[in-house]
Amino acid sequence: MKKLINSPDDVVADALVGIAAAHPQLRVDHEHRIVYRGDTPRQNKVGLVSGGGSGHEPLHGGFVGAGMLDAACAGEVFTSPTPDQMQEATKVVDGGAGVLHIIKNYTGDVMNFEMAAEMAAEESGVTVETVVTNDDVAVQDSLYTAGRRGVGITVFVEKIAGAAAEQGMDLATVAALARRVNESGRSMGVALTSCTVPAAGKPTFELPEDEMEIGVGIHGEPGRHRVPLASASEIAQQLVEPILADLDFTGDTIVMLNGMGGSPLLELYLMYGEVKNLLDRAGVTVARSLVGNYITSLEMAGCSVTLLRADDELLTLWDAPVNTPGLRWGV
Amino acid sequence: MVAEAQGATLGQLRVWIDSFHTLVAEQKAYLTELDSAIGDADHGINMSRGMNAVAAKLDVSSPSTIGELFKTVGMTLVSTVGGASGPLYGTFFLRIGTSAGDVEELDGSGLGTALQAALDGVLARGKAQVGDKTMIDALTSAVEAFRGAVQGGSSIADAASQAQDAAERGRDSTTPLTARKGRASYLGERSIGHLDPGAVSTALLFTALAKALA
Repeated sequence: MKKLINSPDDVVADALVGIAAAHPQLRVDHEHRIVYRGDTPRQNKVGLVSGGGSGHEPLHGGFVGAGMLDAACAGEVFTSPTPDQMQEATKVVDGGAGVLHIIKNYTGDVMNFEMAAEMAAEESGVTVETVVTNDDVAVQDSLYTAGRRGVGITVFVEKIAGAAAEQGMDLATVAALARRVNESGRSMGVALTSCTVPAAGKPTFELPEDEMEIGVGIHGEPGRHRVPLASASEIAQQLVEPILADLDFTGDTIVMLNGMGGSPLLELYLMYGEVKNLLDRAGVTVARSLVGNYITSLEMAGCSVTLLRADDELLTLWDAPVNTPGLRWGV
Repeated sequence: MVAEAQGATLGQLRVWIDSFHTLVAEQKAYLTELDSAIGDADHGINMSRGMNAVAAKLDVSSPSTIGELFKTVGMTLVSTVGGASGPLYGTFFLRIGTSAGDVEELDGSGLGTALQAALDGVLARGKAQVGDKTMIDALTSAVEAFRGAVQGGSSIADAASQAQDAAERGRDSTTPLTARKGRASYLGERSIGHLDPGAVSTALLFTALAKALA
């Protein structure tokens, strides 16, 4: 394992020190491992709290700031944060208008946030609404599994709900918008290499040089199938087709071509060209696009595609100003 | 009759926790290895981190009632384990604490009621059912066996021993099952043939209980 770390046990704590140093407009609670927007709580603004295992940066800490999240709780690498972190974040960001929890659909994340919401309601009387993202079409049989995983759409939910909260919409409206974004989006990913969790010290899975995992999760979970490595245009097809088969994307669509952490931007742009070409041919109108590393899986090589069906309301909220380390426009 | 009427004291239940801590520490690598086959290779690491924190907490806090003991154990696990095991084991102990209340001793029926409340709590939290290849498979058998034994007139020590046997049967029953909950469920049929790590740690919990009440 070759990593830029001091010790496997201190990776998350040390990274938070760096985040605080690099972004003085944010406030970092090192004891609870929470990244806050510097000016939180804001009176009568719905607070947005997310969080999850570390290793997916810039998600979630990199999306804290004006027009997006108020707080992000960092867990150990690929391990959900704990309820006391989430409860603390919930209390701190509440400006009297309630708090929305944005949770990726993983068993641990869902249960820890559920306990946090119960604790927050009992102990501090904060009203909490919850949206659970589950957009990964690679998980086919949701009835007999923990359900579809929350992946790329989480970035869209945090951006659009963040803009809605910034404009003063109330908790029920922000929560409904967040759920609508989740329901209108789908993702699919591919891994060319494994990732290595620092505490484990060895690759999470074995993937031969000439194979790839189609439908991989953001923690190296298995996908739909392992197949021979193919050209970018063929890979694009294997990602886009299952998405279009799952939901109708005729009409305005926002597209994200996301890097898993280990693929260069050169390849991500190349892949975006292939994806755009396929979408044009399928009659999908690409209204906005985003290319880069937004929800990663440590140093995994590969990418994911996320599509969001967007009406004028969602497009306007997407275009609204945002000022975070990971997304910044209109400011 | 006098011996059979005896219950579980605060001291014995503290020994339960200490023995579970020891067993988890001993089996840390094994639990993690089982988890690497069908999960994310951290069950032993996470449980051991949690039980170390519990031991450290109990060393300084010395709870004076059974309710307080288990509330401390549950809250410590919830705030240190993370993942799915934190809320599940945390809920288990918190519910025992609530059910027991401010007492220093529980009779067999009282402990049975507390274990049932704990099982109900874990079921509500994790939404798994028997047969989903989770800790519920071991936990349900153990709690049923314990309560059945107490109702049938067994001593609390015998009931705990029967619960241990039942937990181990429940644990072993997970091998041929397809996982339907948690991260293992993404593997579908590829999860068949592996023990569920949560069912294995739950069996350790009842091994520890049988030891503490023997």
